[in-house]
Amino acid sequence: MTAAIARKPNQPPVYLDYQATTPCDPRVVEAMLPWFTEKFGNPASVTHAYGREAEAAVEAARAQVASIVKAEPREIIFTSGATEANNLAVKGALRFHRQFGKDHMVTLVTEHKCVIESARAMEREGCRVTFLPVEPSGLVDLKKLEAALEEKTALVSVMAAHNEIGVIQPLAEIGALCRARGILFHSDAAQAVGKIPTDVDAMSIDLLSISGHKIYGPKGIGALYVRRRPRARIEPLIDGGGQERGLRSGTLPTPLCVGFGVAVALAEAEMRGEAPRLLALRQRFLNGLRQKLPRVQLNGDAEQRLPGNLNLSFPGTPALDLMAACPGLALSTGSACTAAEVEPSFVLRALGHPPELAASSLRIGLGRFSTEAEVDYAIEALAAAVKELGARPVTSALARAT
Amino acid sequence: MTATRASYLDWNANAPMREEAIAAVNAALGRAGNPSSVHGYGRRARQAVNVARDAIAKLVNAAPEEVVFTSGGTEANNLALRGFPTRRVMVSAIEHESALAAATAVDGSRIPVTGKGVVDLLALAQMLAADPRPALVSVMFANNETGVVQPVAEAAQIAHRHGALFHCDAVQGPGKLPVDFRAIDADLMTISAHKIGGPMGSGALILRRDLAIEPLVKGGGQERGRRGGTENFPGIVGFGKAAAIALEDMEAARDVAALRDVAERHLLALAPDAIVFGREAPRLPNTLCIAMPRVASATQVIALDLAGVMVSAGAACSSGKVTRSHVLDAMGVAPAIAECAIRISLGWSTTGAEIDHLIEAWGALYARTRASAA
Repeated sequence: MTAAIARKPNQPPVYLDYQATTPCDPRVVEAMLPWFTEKFGNPASVTHAYGREAEAAVEAARAQVASIVKAEPREIIFTSGATEANNLAVKGALRFHRQFGKDHMVTLVTEHKCVIESARAMEREGCRVTFLPVEPSGLVDLKKLEAALEEKTALVSVMAAHNEIGVIQPLAEIGALCRARGILFHSDAAQAVGKIPTDVDAMSIDLLSISGHKIYGPKGIGALYVRRRPRARIEPLIDGGGQERGLRSGTLPTPLCVGFGVAVALAEAEMRGEAPRLLALRQRFLNGLRQKLPRVQLNGDAEQRLPGNLNLSFPGTPALDLMAACPGLALSTGSACTAAEVEPSFVLRALGHPPELAASSLRIGLGRFSTEAEVDYAIEALAAAVKELGARPVTSALARAT
Repeated sequence: MTATRASYLDWNANAPMREEAIAAVNAALGRAGNPSSVHGYGRRARQAVNVARDAIAKLVNAAPEEVVFTSGGTEANNLALRGFPTRRVMVSAIEHESALAAATAVDGSRIPVTGKGVVDLLALAQMLAADPRPALVSVMFANNETGVVQPVAEAAQIAHRHGALFHCDAVQGPGKLPVDFRAIDADLMTISAHKIGGPMGSGALILRRDLAIEPLVKGGGQERGRRGGTENFPGIVGFGKAAAIALEDMEAARDVAALRDVAERHLLALAPDAIVFGREAPRLPNTLCIAMPRVASATQVIALDLAGVMVSAGAACSSGKVTRSHVLDAMGVAPAIAECAIRISLGWSTTGAEIDHLIEAWGALYARTRASAA
């Protein structure tokens, strides 16, 4: 590796994995701390002052979360994260509606693993699932979606913004198709809320999953929006003390709720400035890289896309080798949930990429703390690594794996 | 009494966090890093999770790979009781709401308890013998309302003799008494961070390493496929710190027992008609469940709250309604008495002054009600 792309000894790697997780914003941490220390009541302990102040804080957070998706506070159910919210939406909706003969759901082959796994679990319980393919852009074809809807369809689940390729699906159009047929529409919006405008009414969304740690809030907290009018009926996954209107039992973690609420409020307040800044950084990244590496390909739609996401193929350069050659960059090949897998991304395969191209792809996530200097450094590092690897005989991880 | 005097005696609902656990969570919060990511940020988060996993395993004498992190005790209980769909589920009648509700969801049955608040082992054996289908038996380590410690090793033995699995909800165990997964010979065990000085939002199911379980939350294959979702690594790190301290600080439990006994002695001396539940059985050192006859639980907790003494009328869940305790009902306590019970629970930082405060406030209420009745 050339000296020009080495990081200084004490400099941490440039973080380019904002779709896997984000650091807590310092303002979020500050808001959480008192709830770890002196304000430690259980929010369900309404018999005493410590419990009531915790309850009030949790309710304030609920209102903040409701506000960003244009919902009412009582439509927000706190969960341990978006994975649980997705499980609750998919399993909860099908388990409730199959008793009325509605035992079918439609989703996309490119959904997050937890939606796909939940759908598969429901198949084992006797439900039917249609896994729709996507276009080469990563977007769903609305005509194909419409054709997949049946009399017995209870639920359509489509991710709002994609965790690997960043594409934003036509939520309002999908919502309208579902609403006209009385089908519940669930959207995994873990990557969308706080980054792009999300409006459950305008988009006719009945169930919406939200994550804390994807928007500079804490891990271990998320929410499921559950529409009240017309009511989206679901069965709980976790029973117990009856918290969260009986849809999700368990002691509410006050500090996490508070941090989540503040993170959401910050995102809502700053989205207008943040989105164009990230978009400019993304363009700088893509343009800069293309000047040095003309063969780089962008995966997923270029327009309908999260401002902070790039997914790039480097033809002929295996992604794992590229990552190894760039120790100054924290990158990923795709979802962190499947990061340990050797197989190339199933999402890129679903776009029609051959395995070797899929295995030459990186996800680049930009976020609140990304800078132009970091982008410029990353361009230099990636370009130098690709050129150096290109000069070497193939001894790649892919060659070993295949 | 000053208006700002506050005595927190509701530790079974939530314990304040240990300083060291707060520091650990605080340090972890600002760091990026998804423990499943392969880059340096992810690997450091993974390492931190593994250190915590070791500490938690050690706390209950289990193996690190047997620890499945969850969002808390309620989720762990649901995972345990819903995780074996081919087994019929039997839970003691005094389990926490989360175990009772999960059992109800899978058509489970209830094992009765004795008047002393102890699970009826003879009834358990009979119930197991009466139905040859494979079962899953769940009995808590110690009751959250009365503090009565259950004969879980014996219950496990009976369960195993009948080919059943044994789950122990030990949320109220660690930090108060030694809890040993191996010695109990449990197959599954629930623990919670926020009851031992760790953060809310973290818990674990200890799962015997050779047992396969049907996951409740599916996702990216985290926790060896047993619980999906990005690991709450700051929470887990804080849980690990609290676990390490709980194991070291068993001395504190002795001091707590002495304070609890002082409170009990004084309240009974003030009110000869007061009734302490679970006294004839082994009890957690920190818990006192007491009835002030003819004064409703809600009246007592409100009066104590106004005086700055924070206690509860049973478990802190759901609606905030004060309803009669299912635990006391199951013990056969007369409804008129059960409706007058409160739970007082102490912890490692409880002081003698707080106990004096309780005695004073409770005594004043008692005197007031008895004077007005006379």
